[in-house]
Amino acid sequence: MKTFKALAGLALSAMLMGSVAFAGEIVINSDHSDPAPKKAMEELIADFQAKNPEITVKWNNFDHEGYKASIRNFLTADPPDVVAWYAGNRMAPFVEAGLFEDVSDVWAANGFDESLKSAAASMTMDGKKWGVPYTYYQWGIYYRADIFAEQGIAPPKNWAELLAACEKLKAAGVTPFAIGTKALWPTGGWFDYMDLRVNGYEFHMDLTAGQVPYTDPRVKAVFEKWAELVKPGYYLENHAAIDWQDAIPQMVQGKAAMYLMGNFAVATMKEGGLTEEQIGFMQFPEITAGVPMAEEAPTDTFHIPSGAKNKEDAKVFLAYLASPEAQAKMNATLGQLPVNNQAAKPSDKFLDAGFTMLSNAYALAQFYDRDADAEMAKAGMEGFQEFMVKPGEVDRILERLEKVRAKVHQ
Amino acid sequence: MANAKPAGFWKRNQLKIAPWVFLAPGGIMFLIYVLIPIVQSVWISFHDWDGLGDKVWIGVANYVELLDDDTFYTALKNNVLWLVLYLLAIPMGLAVALFLNQTVFGIRLYKSLFFFPFVISQVVVGLMFTWFYAPDFGLFSQFIKWLTGTEVAILADERFVTYGIIAAGLWPQTAYCMILYLTGLNNLNPEQIEAARMDNARGLRLLWHVILPQLAPATFIAMVVTVIGALRSFDLVSIMTAGGPYGSSQVLSYFMYEQALSEYGYRMGYGAAIAVVLFLIMMVFITLFILRMIMQERNR
Repeated sequence: MKTFKALAGLALSAMLMGSVAFAGEIVINSDHSDPAPKKAMEELIADFQAKNPEITVKWNNFDHEGYKASIRNFLTADPPDVVAWYAGNRMAPFVEAGLFEDVSDVWAANGFDESLKSAAASMTMDGKKWGVPYTYYQWGIYYRADIFAEQGIAPPKNWAELLAACEKLKAAGVTPFAIGTKALWPTGGWFDYMDLRVNGYEFHMDLTAGQVPYTDPRVKAVFEKWAELVKPGYYLENHAAIDWQDAIPQMVQGKAAMYLMGNFAVATMKEGGLTEEQIGFMQFPEITAGVPMAEEAPTDTFHIPSGAKNKEDAKVFLAYLASPEAQAKMNATLGQLPVNNQAAKPSDKFLDAGFTMLSNAYALAQFYDRDADAEMAKAGMEGFQEFMVKPGEVDRILERLEKVRAKVHQ
Repeated sequence: MANAKPAGFWKRNQLKIAPWVFLAPGGIMFLIYVLIPIVQSVWISFHDWDGLGDKVWIGVANYVELLDDDTFYTALKNNVLWLVLYLLAIPMGLAVALFLNQTVFGIRLYKSLFFFPFVISQVVVGLMFTWFYAPDFGLFSQFIKWLTGTEVAILADERFVTYGIIAAGLWPQTAYCMILYLTGLNNLNPEQIEAARMDNARGLRLLWHVILPQLAPATFIAMVVTVIGALRSFDLVSIMTAGGPYGSSQVLSYFMYEQALSEYGYRMGYGAAIAVVLFLIMMVFITLFILRMIMQERNR
């Protein structure tokens, strides 16, 4: 309680300092504190000001945890003009509380319905657009191409092939999948993909929106498929003790062969000593034949708070942010994918593969902890972790999740 | 006497008022930082509140939910484990203190080395033990592997995780108890010990019947500090496991934080309800300690 108040006070005083807005000044709050995102933001703001000299930009940069803790306070107490946040259900509490501005007009005026099409669904609530996406990245299976070649394995296209590949790797003394679940969220990626491939995008969205009980036989079916990987020990042992980065050395040393991760993992793998040729990328294979292939692509966004003082200029900024030039340049620095489909394609091998995959995707899921309600997400991912350690307990775990779901979505 | 002015209000009541004036700064602080927040916490625990919107009065619903929450029972069970095992710090501290209570060359250096773990932050202790237990490269798991041939990831195994964290906590806590006992040992009455030796008491009997009674004040303080420390065990849980794997190392204080303030939380009412429960548990011990102190003062 005390920490919370202290944070509130801190955020408040920071905002009070920044709130003396001149005509033509916009205040941006964001959490681009890591080196690459920080550089991308600096470039973006410089380019924007060069193009719009009458608008000055004031940028308050937060660290991630501090940002998550204080956004709730500054949105109500003293809102800036533009804020960074995430798409999907993550923005729902702010939209429902009336803290975000409807920016459908920005979308309509700039033709974003066409150029930002892939992220449109995840920016829409009640038929309106609530922000502008600027970057996303793909998820998929990164594998040791040299180990696959050594064992004579072709990248699996369906479930049977994946199981066969796992069996072969295991027999050769290589753990098929690296994973570290200490921070819980890596389990969310697995559940999302299993559900998207077994039951499809619509069911997955209904489930994460809390409309389907976790005790539903279709959810059970997901775990039955998942158990085919868990029970034979196809995941790294002791994954609950390590973070996702700690599992990378296993892959670098050739003790594990595959990793279901976001594209950011490539940088860590390369730092660990793998060359670009050693790393391969493949789409998560098909499970139920005929289910259209939806992908996981967490999207980062900018929004205008409903209490912003300079909405006119903030909208100019959002329009610029979503333009092909701005997105191409920003994402080249970020090492991620531009959402605007008119933007220049990235030259990187993995981003290129991801770009092609996402452009052809049936639909995009954000990620379990962004699609599901926060409390549900926490309980859910804890359940997934427990399942990956004790697959036999699946019924008890699902009952517990259903209890939480029933409580959250009354 | 007849023409003496009647004494003013201040003069007449000076002796009565002065103590209150001197108490006021402390009293006001205590009110603002302790009493009012306690009342507020209890008040919030009867509401459904996300910290932003309106508070909705829901009566005891938070407590009813708590009674139906598996995590709560896990946390409660772990808190009991913490309480019981953390007390081991007291005999361990005593043992180290007795061992160090000798005059040999360089004893000051040894003493400060033993006290060292208490000086470093709990966060650092947590990190060190996390690496110590880490599968593959941790010293402890290597040792276990060498000993038994199988690897055990302490922090990923629900059977051992709480014990693993408590062991990490015992390290600095033992050092703390050791310091308390070392000062106590300095104040022993040498005549009593001499008399006891003349009566042919030595070894454990000397320790039990002569030394320990004289160390009672140190034991009392060590007890208070250790019990409170066990109940507030937050830092280590947060650093080493964040309550995992799947909530099996959860304790009340971390559970409260997670529900009220973490990324997945913002349930202020529910968090406050957990805080109230934790407060009540602490109250039992605090009352016992205070009662004992009052009794001692009366006996003087």
